[in-house]
Parts: sequence; C-alpha cells; structure tokens
Amino acid sequence: MEKLKLVMIGNGMAGVRTLEELLKLAPDLYEIAVFGAEPHPNYNRILLSPVLAGEQTFEEIVLNDLDWYRDNGIDLRLGCKVVDIDRENRRVTASDGSQAEYDRLLVATGSSPFILPIPGKDLQGVIGYRDIADTRAMMETARSHRHALVIGGGLLGLEAANGLRLRGMEVTVVHLGDWLLDRQLDRTAGKLLQNALEARGIKFRLNTNTAALLDDGQGRVASAHFSDGEECPADLVVMAAGIRPNVELAERAGLACDRGIRVDDYLRTADPAIYAVGECANHRGIAYGLVAPLFEQARVCADHLARLGNARYEGSVTSTKLKVTGIDLFSAGDFMGGEGTETITFSDPIGGVYKKLVVKDDVLVGACLYGDTADGGWYFRQIREQHNVAEIRDLLMFGENAIGDAGHQGQDKAMAMSDEMEVCGCNGVCKGTIVKAIRENGLLSVDEVKKHTKAASSCGSCARLVEQILINTVGGAADVKPKSEKPVCGCTDLNHGQVRQAIREQRLTGMGEAMKAMEWRSPDGCATCRPALNYYLISTWPGEAKDDPQSRLINERAHANIQKDGTYSVVPRMWGGVTSPAELRRIADVAEKYKVPMVKVTGGQRIDLLGVKKEDLPNVWRELGMPSGHAYGKSIRTVKTCVGSEFCRFGTQNSTQMGIDLEHALFGMWSPHKVKLAVSGCPRNCAESGIKDVGVIGVDSGWEIYIGGNGGIKTEAGEFFVKVGSAGEVMEYSLAFLQLYREEAFYLERTVHYLHRVGLEHIRQAVLEDGERRKALHQRLLFALSFEQDPWQQQIGNPALKKEFERIPVRETETA
Amino acid sequence: MNWLDICALDEINVLGARIVAGPRGDIAIFRTARDEVFALDDRCPHKGGPLSQGLIYGKRVACPLHNWQIDLESGEALEPDVGCSHKYPVKIEGGRVLLALKSLKDCA
Repeated sequence: MEKLKLVMIGNGMAGVRTLEELLKLAPDLYEIAVFGAEPHPNYNRILLSPVLAGEQTFEEIVLNDLDWYRDNGIDLRLGCKVVDIDRENRRVTASDGSQAEYDRLLVATGSSPFILPIPGKDLQGVIGYRDIADTRAMMETARSHRHALVIGGGLLGLEAANGLRLRGMEVTVVHLGDWLLDRQLDRTAGKLLQNALEARGIKFRLNTNTAALLDDGQGRVASAHFSDGEECPADLVVMAAGIRPNVELAERAGLACDRGIRVDDYLRTADPAIYAVGECANHRGIAYGLVAPLFEQARVCADHLARLGNARYEGSVTSTKLKVTGIDLFSAGDFMGGEGTETITFSDPIGGVYKKLVVKDDVLVGACLYGDTADGGWYFRQIREQHNVAEIRDLLMFGENAIGDAGHQGQDKAMAMSDEMEVCGCNGVCKGTIVKAIRENGLLSVDEVKKHTKAASSCGSCARLVEQILINTVGGAADVKPKSEKPVCGCTDLNHGQVRQAIREQRLTGMGEAMKAMEWRSPDGCATCRPALNYYLISTWPGEAKDDPQSRLINERAHANIQKDGTYSVVPRMWGGVTSPAELRRIADVAEKYKVPMVKVTGGQRIDLLGVKKEDLPNVWRELGMPSGHAYGKSIRTVKTCVGSEFCRFGTQNSTQMGIDLEHALFGMWSPHKVKLAVSGCPRNCAESGIKDVGVIGVDSGWEIYIGGNGGIKTEAGEFFVKVGSAGEVMEYSLAFLQLYREEAFYLERTVHYLHRVGLEHIRQAVLEDGERRKALHQRLLFALSFEQDPWQQQIGNPALKKEFERIPVRETETA
Repeated sequence: MNWLDICALDEINVLGARIVAGPRGDIAIFRTARDEVFALDDRCPHKGGPLSQGLIYGKRVACPLHNWQIDLESGEALEPDVGCSHKYPVKIEGGRVLLALKSLKDCA
C-alpha cells in the first residue's frame, strides 16, 4: 500500500514529539517531510536558560539529532521556511521555492517574542528571547558590552536577566506589573523573589513602561526612556514581554485564527486535513506556552494522525518552575484564589519560605510555593486528581510527609536525597541511577522509568518517590496522570473505567470478543491487560463469562504461589484460623511424604507448605483433604480472628464464629486485588481489624465495621464505616461493600486506593444510606459466588486439567 | 537434525506451554494463539524463572517471576532488558509436535 504523505511545518518540541508518538503508534503509515526555519535539529527550548547561564551547552540540549530523522526516514529540510499553504492542491511551498504535497499537514510553527511597538525597536542590540540565535547574541554581547535591559518580569525575562547577570552584565528589569511573575505568583511570593534577585545584583523597575529606545548615533541601542521620565543606559535590550503565536501562514491559508490557530479537541483546524499543535494552536481559547500541555496535545494529535481516533484533548492544568539555580518556586492551578475559595498560608520571611494553598469545596485547586518546593509535585497531583482534602486539611500545608508514609525511613523528599541513596529497596536502585536514566533516555513517565531502571517495578512502594524524582528532573513535562486516566496498557487507549463500561454496556462475555469490540491493537493482548480483562469479564457477567485460565498469571492458574526456584507453596484453608488435630496430622503427613522443605505459620492464621514441586500439587491437595486457601489469588484470602467471647475473659462477641461465617460466605470470591478481613471480639483488637480491607470489632452493644485498612506496603488505618447490632448485619454490610469494590475498583487497586479515589461518602451513600441498593449489592455477590467451587477439588477431579501439572514424559532423549 | 516426537499439538493448551526434560535441563514448548510452537530453555535469562509458567501473548512470554518479556522466536529479552534463553528448532507435522535436539552441541 502506498504511504500517505505527512508534512510538518516547524521543527520544534511539540511537533517532533507528535511525530515520535505517531511513529510509535503507526510507524509505516506516513511518508514524513519536516520544514524547519532554524538551521538546527529539534532541541530543548526550555533549556536555553541553563545554556545562557553557562550551566549547559548547546550540544547537550539537542533532543533529536540528525541520525534520528534519518533512521526514521524523515525528509528533513532545515533552514527552509514555508511561505505558502495551498489547501486546494494540498501542497506547501518554501522560501527556497521547494514544494511538498500532503495528505495530512501538521502546523507546529510555535510562537515569536512580542516586540513592543516603541521607537527604537529595530535598533541593533534589540532582540527577543526565543531560540539559539537569540541566546548566542546575548552571550556575545555580554562579552563586549556592559548594560543590559530586560523588558518583562515574567519567567523568560527573569531567566534572561539571571543569565546575563551571571555573564557579568549590569542588568535592569522593567516590568509593567506590581510584582514579578504576576501570572505565576501572588504578591508576597513575587516580592520574596525580587529580594532574592536583587541580592544577586539585578535591578528592578516595577509599574514602569518603556517609552523609547535611543541609539548611539551608529544604529545601536544606547539607552532607554521610561514612562516616568527617567532613563537608563542599555547596550542590549531583551524583549520578554510575552509571546505571539505564529499564525500568519495559517491565516493567509484561510484557517480560522484568533490568538492562535483554532483547533478542536482532536487538534484539528478548520480544515480536516490540517492539524496544529504547540504554541501556535488555540484550544478552547487558550494558547499554551509551557511544555507539558504541548506534550499532551502531541499525544492526542498523534493518535488521530494514526487513525485510531480514541484520544481527546480537554485542556491542561499547568504548573510553573523558574529555571534559575538556587531559587525555588512553584505554582500550579488557581493560586490567586478568589470568590468561593479559602486560602491556607505559611510565611517565614526570615527563612525565605512562603507557601499558599487555595482550596475550593474541599478540593485543592491551586498552590504557590516559594523557598521550599519539595512538595510541589505532590500538590500538583492533588490538584489534577481533585482529591477531597477535607480530612487532611490541617496537615496539608506540611506536605506529603505529614500525611504519613512508612517504609522509606522518612526519605520521601526526593530533593533532599543524595545520588547514592537507595530509592527502590526491592531492586537496589539509587537516585543517581534514576536521574541519569531520565536524562539520557528522555523519560517522561514513571512507567518508562520502571522499564529502564527497574525502580518501582516490584512492590511499587517507591513509585511516588520515583514520581517526585521525575518531576524534579523534567519539571512540568512529567506525565503523572492518575491510573483512572491512563490507558490500561499499550494495547489500547481505553482506561480501566472505559473498558469496564464497554464490557457492561455491550454485554461482552468473552476475551476475544471483548478485544475485538474495543479494537485492541494486539490480537491477544499482553500480560498487563489480559488478567485485567479476565477479571472485568467474570465479575461483570458471573455465570455467563467464561474464565480464561491462560489469561491468569501463574499463581492463579496453578492455584499455588510460585517461589524463586520455580517450586510452589501450598496454603490450605483454615476457616477463621481454626484447625483440628486431624487436619494437623494430615498436614504433617503430607509435609513428610513430599519432603516439604519448610512448614511455616502465616500471618493469616494458617499453615504454609513451602517448596512443593508443581507435579506434586494435585496429590498434595488430595492428601490434605482441605479446601484451597486462595493465598495466591486476587481474591478473598483469610479472615483473621481472635478467640472472642467463647474463651477470652474480655471478649464481648463471638468473633471466631463471625470470622468463620464470613470466610465461608466469601469463599471463592475473585476481586480486583487481594482482600483480607479480620474480626476481633473486643476493642483490644487482637485480630488487627484496623488494617484489613474489612475489619470488624465486636463491642458490647454490637459490631463496628472498618474499611480500607492495609498492613502492607504502606500501613493504612481503616476508616470507620458503620456500627451494626447483629451478626446478620455484619454479613450484609460487609458483603455489600465488597461487591461495590468488585464492581467499581480498577484491577490491582486495593480497597484503600479505591476508597481514596471515590471517597468514603460515595461508599456510604451506596451501602449505608440506600438500603435497597445495599441488599441488591449483597444479592449480586451471593449470585456471583454461587458459581464458585473449590479449585483444588476441581483440578483433582478433572483429568483434562491435570496436564497443566504434568511434565511430558519424553523417552530417553538422546544427546545427539 | 534429530527430530523427537514430543506430543500431539492438542496436548498443549492454546496460549499455554508444556515442559519436556532435556539433557541440559527442562525445555519449555509454547503454543501461540495462531498454533505456532516455539521451544526455549525453561529458564529466564534474568533469574532463571520457569518461562513455561509465564503468560503468553503474541509471540512473547512474560516471565512469572519478574515479568521480563521474552521473544519466543529468538529467546531474546525485550528492551530495555538484555539476555537470551537458548532456543530449539521445533515444528508441527501431522498434528504432532517435533523437537530437534541436535543443535545442543553448538550452543554449549
């Protein structure tokens, strides 16, 4: 098939990122030509300031070298500015007369510095701050001249001022606003910033207009006149008073423009064959000038160019970082606040720390930090994910650490860590290794870091820390989308919620059928999506959807836990942790007969036989004569109990029997992740009910139920859910909650994370306030469980299933 | 080539694997959704995990221990991981799975 022709105008970060995403999705769909006005391959424009400051070199900031274009078969035309788009004939013409035809055109012309229309603006020595050429001009002027004037106290202006000051110039910044960075900071933080920069020798004139630039008699700028009548010497004038999207070309071609080329949620312009991304595009009235939104646009645009058509761009929440070494500031969202918002502030003028958080309707909507920005990434995530912060409000100001996160010796602050410190305790990965991998490979998501370094790829407890390191290393370009917005895996663009919805609404009951209906990219998925799909299918359509053992990971397929040497562990079920002499005798006999290397008591009040060979499993199960303990499954594990009122002198309720009854009721329940319960007979809570998915505590007048506790990676105390009077109610409420979790949680989401995502109130409404719904949930779980049998008995009883466990008896294989 | 008759194709589940005892340890024989068969040493190049127990998709298997992705055709780990499991010629004839062990000498 002949390839389609894709032409890109502009060779900057947004455009090239779109091509990278496109090549990942559809490497062979297009023949690609790129026109770039600058004579350089794609470089990291946001790192021009470190280059100006002498901290990096031009070579270091190149993102795609010429080999990259060649290796991907891209026809790159450098120093070649497109002057005409002929939409009728789908052809573009460049300044050198060369032409290219297109089936799809991508306009990524970026923006230009806004040059103030004042007398003297065309003098030699007056420049904008946009590209390598401007940066070079500044570096050269700093060598031979003394006075620099920067017009504009925004991010770019201050970075230019800082760089020029470091290169030895006397620098004055004129700014129209009342304080610096008035679009990124509030007044207090802006003043703190001004003090810090003044201490470095930079002068400021606020509330000031530049009226005219005067020449030295030889065509070069020599001084500036201000609106207040004053003047100052200036051998170099840098205009950093804003940017203007480059739309002339698009306008001439008749595309709708309005402070940017107007695009829809698919980044399409008024002409369906033409897309626009980056600083030249106006999406829902906003032309973004920061890199993170541009990368989000790139992803969506690539998706549509690849003819997948699933993704949608709905705008971005942006965050800001000033790239001036030694000055830490961060802002995100609506940090000014206003009607209907509440503000929490922390101010230490002597220590130079200022923090302001803006809360609206119990959700963090903005943050402005100066001096201590370590929690910037964390606040940014709270803002994007719109978490309810009512419960942690009094601790919010003190950051993620204050909320409590065990397991990393309190070293949650990525910034404070040295390069040698260990981040991932499972795989032994240090901070330096992660930072290096991020820089060298241009990584932008935690998943990519996991793949390259293995950090956070095992237990995942350091994922947040890795995310902080990523944010600190690449700033706003980091892709830190929550799981609810991310695609399930590379096989699809749909997220977990959308997959679930499709399975429910389209009544999908088979793996192949589901993949087909949802247009999976790979015929049989991958090791990430298949277990998830299998769970969604069987939990949505119990009795109808057929379980697919080949889509389960080995533990659930073998009904035992694989160990590092390829042997398995066997944990028979002991209801409520109660056993008998006969059971113990059988366990002892089996352990001896099959030479089990270790017999261990588990934390879930039962016995683990470790080191059983796979081919012995069916016989071990038969001889144990006990049901499966499901210690291997994303399923109900155990119900831990204390001895309760039957024996204990403090016991108020028969917790043992309650636990046994719950465990029987839930036997065989598959769930998004493992589920553990506990029942204690009095508030001394010997069964540790406070750290279980469902924890029950007997009190004199009834039972208290707690949900969403977790004793694993991160210790989480369960939330008090409800107090009920009878054992029957414990059963109904617990099962209803678990069914809600089964129906709504994403695969591999523990109850605590599900609870944090949807909020306790949502669960209360469904289970507590709506009695009809509670009963319906309870019934649905009982219905689903009615199809489940003991998997060990099933395996023993069905000879066809046995081959999973048998080695093929090959006759004497010759070593020919 | 010294082709050994191993089993009928039907004795391996679709998207499943079986183990054969080879002279140098277990050999895993995989069956894909398209009824192709591949044979590799049943040891992941990472930490020796039994690949036969992994989840199979496309022409790949995900190791059950640490989720390394191994290409069934070449035995190579997928980027960014590096390593290789030894592969064996295997074919289907008349519904029977045949495995060649001759190349074993060359790979020692």
